[in-house]
Amino acid sequence: MGLTRLEITRRTALLTSAAIAANVVNPMRAFAQETPRKGGVFNVHYGAEQRQLNPSLQASTGVYIISGKIQESLVDLDAQGKPVGVLAESWESSPDGKTITFKLRKGVTWHDGKPFTSADVQFTAMEMWKKILNYGSTLQLFLIAVDTPDPQTAIFRYERPMPLNLLLRALPDLGYISAKHLYESGDIRQNPVNLAPVGTGPFKFVKYERGQYIIADRNPDYWRPNAPYLDRIVWKVITDRAAAAAQMEAGELQYSPFSGLTISDMARLSKDKRFIVTTKGNEGNARTNTLEFNFRRKELSDIRVRRAIAHAINVPFFIDNFLGDFAKLGTGPIPSTSTDFYPGANTPQYPYDKAKATALFDEAGYKPGAGGTRFSLRLLPAPWGEDISLWSTFIQQSLSEVGIPVEIVRNDGGGFLKQVYAEHAFDLATGWHQYRNDPAVSTTVWYRSGQPKGAPWTNQWGWEDAKADKTIDDALTELDPAKRKALYAEFVKQVNTELPVWMPIEQIFVTTITAKARNHSNTPRWGSSNWHDLWLSA
Amino acid sequence: MRIVSLAGRRLAASIPTLVLILIGVFLLLQLAPGDTVDALMAQMGGGDAASARALREFYGLDLSIPAQLGNYLWRLVRLDLGFSSIYGKPVSTVILERLPPTILLMTASLSFAFFFGLVFGVLAARSVNKWPDTLISTIGLIFYATPSFWFGLMAIVVFSIYLQWLPAGGFEDIGAVQTGIWRVLDIARHLLLPTATLGLIFLAIYLRIMRASMLEVLNLDFVRTARAKGLDETRVITGHVLRNALLPMVTLIGLQAGTMLGGSVVVESVFSLPGLGRLAYESVIQRDLNTLLGIVFVSALLVIIVNFVVDLLYARLDPRISAGG
Repeated sequence: MGLTRLEITRRTALLTSAAIAANVVNPMRAFAQETPRKGGVFNVHYGAEQRQLNPSLQASTGVYIISGKIQESLVDLDAQGKPVGVLAESWESSPDGKTITFKLRKGVTWHDGKPFTSADVQFTAMEMWKKILNYGSTLQLFLIAVDTPDPQTAIFRYERPMPLNLLLRALPDLGYISAKHLYESGDIRQNPVNLAPVGTGPFKFVKYERGQYIIADRNPDYWRPNAPYLDRIVWKVITDRAAAAAQMEAGELQYSPFSGLTISDMARLSKDKRFIVTTKGNEGNARTNTLEFNFRRKELSDIRVRRAIAHAINVPFFIDNFLGDFAKLGTGPIPSTSTDFYPGANTPQYPYDKAKATALFDEAGYKPGAGGTRFSLRLLPAPWGEDISLWSTFIQQSLSEVGIPVEIVRNDGGGFLKQVYAEHAFDLATGWHQYRNDPAVSTTVWYRSGQPKGAPWTNQWGWEDAKADKTIDDALTELDPAKRKALYAEFVKQVNTELPVWMPIEQIFVTTITAKARNHSNTPRWGSSNWHDLWLSA
Repeated sequence: MRIVSLAGRRLAASIPTLVLILIGVFLLLQLAPGDTVDALMAQMGGGDAASARALREFYGLDLSIPAQLGNYLWRLVRLDLGFSSIYGKPVSTVILERLPPTILLMTASLSFAFFFGLVFGVLAARSVNKWPDTLISTIGLIFYATPSFWFGLMAIVVFSIYLQWLPAGGFEDIGAVQTGIWRVLDIARHLLLPTATLGLIFLAIYLRIMRASMLEVLNLDFVRTARAKGLDETRVITGHVLRNALLPMVTLIGLQAGTMLGGSVVVESVFSLPGLGRLAYESVIQRDLNTLLGIVFVSALLVIIVNFVVDLLYARLDPRISAGG
């Protein structure tokens, strides 16, 4: 059965790679001469509804894809991936790194007409980012206060040095501002504004019909002159991936973000002239596929066994045959798309080598017993994507060839997090590590010891390493960007040597969008950005 | 008076069933690993332990399981279905919003299946073992054997993508705000494909049952008597056979009302309809216990009501039932 599935998927994947390659070369085609056209409705595929839509309270693409057009952040990333001001115009850090001053944009108003001021920044930072926002509460752990000497100045005061480049890389995602006057009374979590967001962005919230659609219309008073171009954005809730592909073809959808369609549908539509299928514009949402080891299993706490397992799996074969151009070989927890921190491939790697794997197992004392079995393992795959399911089957088949039978235990999202991160009821687990542009935001928690039990996507492996902990802590407060980069290179070397989690595959989300769209995919987090320059040709 | 007492007895008998169902579902869901905060964390892509603790308190999950169950039942006694953790609204509001599309879809496809099942069943029985019978039975079997999601997707490919006659999904047109008769027509246009998809599968069952039951009744003595009286074949069928042959069909409607509520998850997903089936699926994934129990409660009520109506129909179709009762 395994073989049959492999054959079918391989064929799809081969088609996919050929097709994507053809389109990826020049997704923008020749748009330069066209004059932007005003008007039009842009229909967006929305796969999973969230419980609330305020990006100052929840950091996830499911929120940004909607409220990223309605609310705005202090900074965003430009086409080259450098921080560029949105609600902030300029920033500077004090020499000791404990004070960071933002000068805010003048003449910006909320959709309800009230002016945007530093009081909004102060309230959002202290009450939302520091207390509620996921990842934000860790980032702002040492934030003491935000001073507001005048309406256009917000001064962030930290207990420990905060590297400016870390904050600026985190803020595009974790820097969305909410209106103080709408939130200051009552429970923030239960505020009805959370489902009817009010912001300063190019689009104004109109209506949310749960289970059906969300509508936002052009904001005529937007602070950027002549923007936005679109009249309206409609997000349609479509949970079935195949149905979403059908709606793209029927012209009822113009955009499906973040690999929202099945691999085979994306491959099919990439050959259709009406659509563009590309990974461009998603570089800021890179992820790596993981293999997480539970050190509470005696066998897995032996470094030779972890390395042997890595050597036993032929990753390039898996990528070529199952994922095609949607993925590439990974070299560690910091993906190659991270230009500021990628340390190169010159760290310990574990290429496929079955003989070496066998030798390492033998050396560790796990020789094949009755029926050729060394020991058996339980593998828990996360349910987030087709690729994880395929990858877990591939791990199972690869390890069975070196005498380790693997039982795959599948769960839904809540069940997976509970069993792996709270109950530690796994031997191997596999899922995605989502890289959020700075290792201190998303990545070091996977390795730093002392994580509270139950915190998802953190070091729950039972692995402790004083050297790695020190590198992580030093990098967190290092102000010199060059030294920080060197520390993270050292960190990657350390964790690739010890291998508590193996991250051998790098992926970027895939965008499927109508060929009529212009100015799309032009920043590294385009799906989450505010689309003020997006327009549709006739 | 008879009807009122029958209704009263029925209702009294169904209350313990309802309570048992609710407790059963509540306990079953405790067996599923993870709670609604874990599901929320999965959706958000991470969060720290302190905020997870705060959220558990917020959703009342810090209590013991018996205390949670006790709270739930006590609220239910006061006809309060509780608060939905996904929607942040009272469960009754959430369900009321989702009920109309489900009921519309269910009634439309049941009627479709019942009507055409009846017609084709009679046609097949009248020409038993001849070509119309074989043709009808074969087509019915094909419909029955085809998975509904595939049917739905193929219908979209043909009617929405290729022919562009009908919308590919959704409950109504979002672009234009319509009122009155135009809105009704718009919704009807959107429900055409889902109704056909859901109805075709059930059509096959009704067809088979109707055919078998017609054949059985046609062999009974009173039919021979009717023929001996000199009635023509059409009068025999409409006046004598049909009414008796309908009883199993009516039973089936009662049984399938429940199946249709659950079975529409697939059709609702494929056609992006905001119905109860999808709400239930989402509640399970998100571990939204209150919403799920609310849906079970409402579905159980619907099934009880439909079965009650079926009982009344029996009495109407076959006077012997109420006389003997």
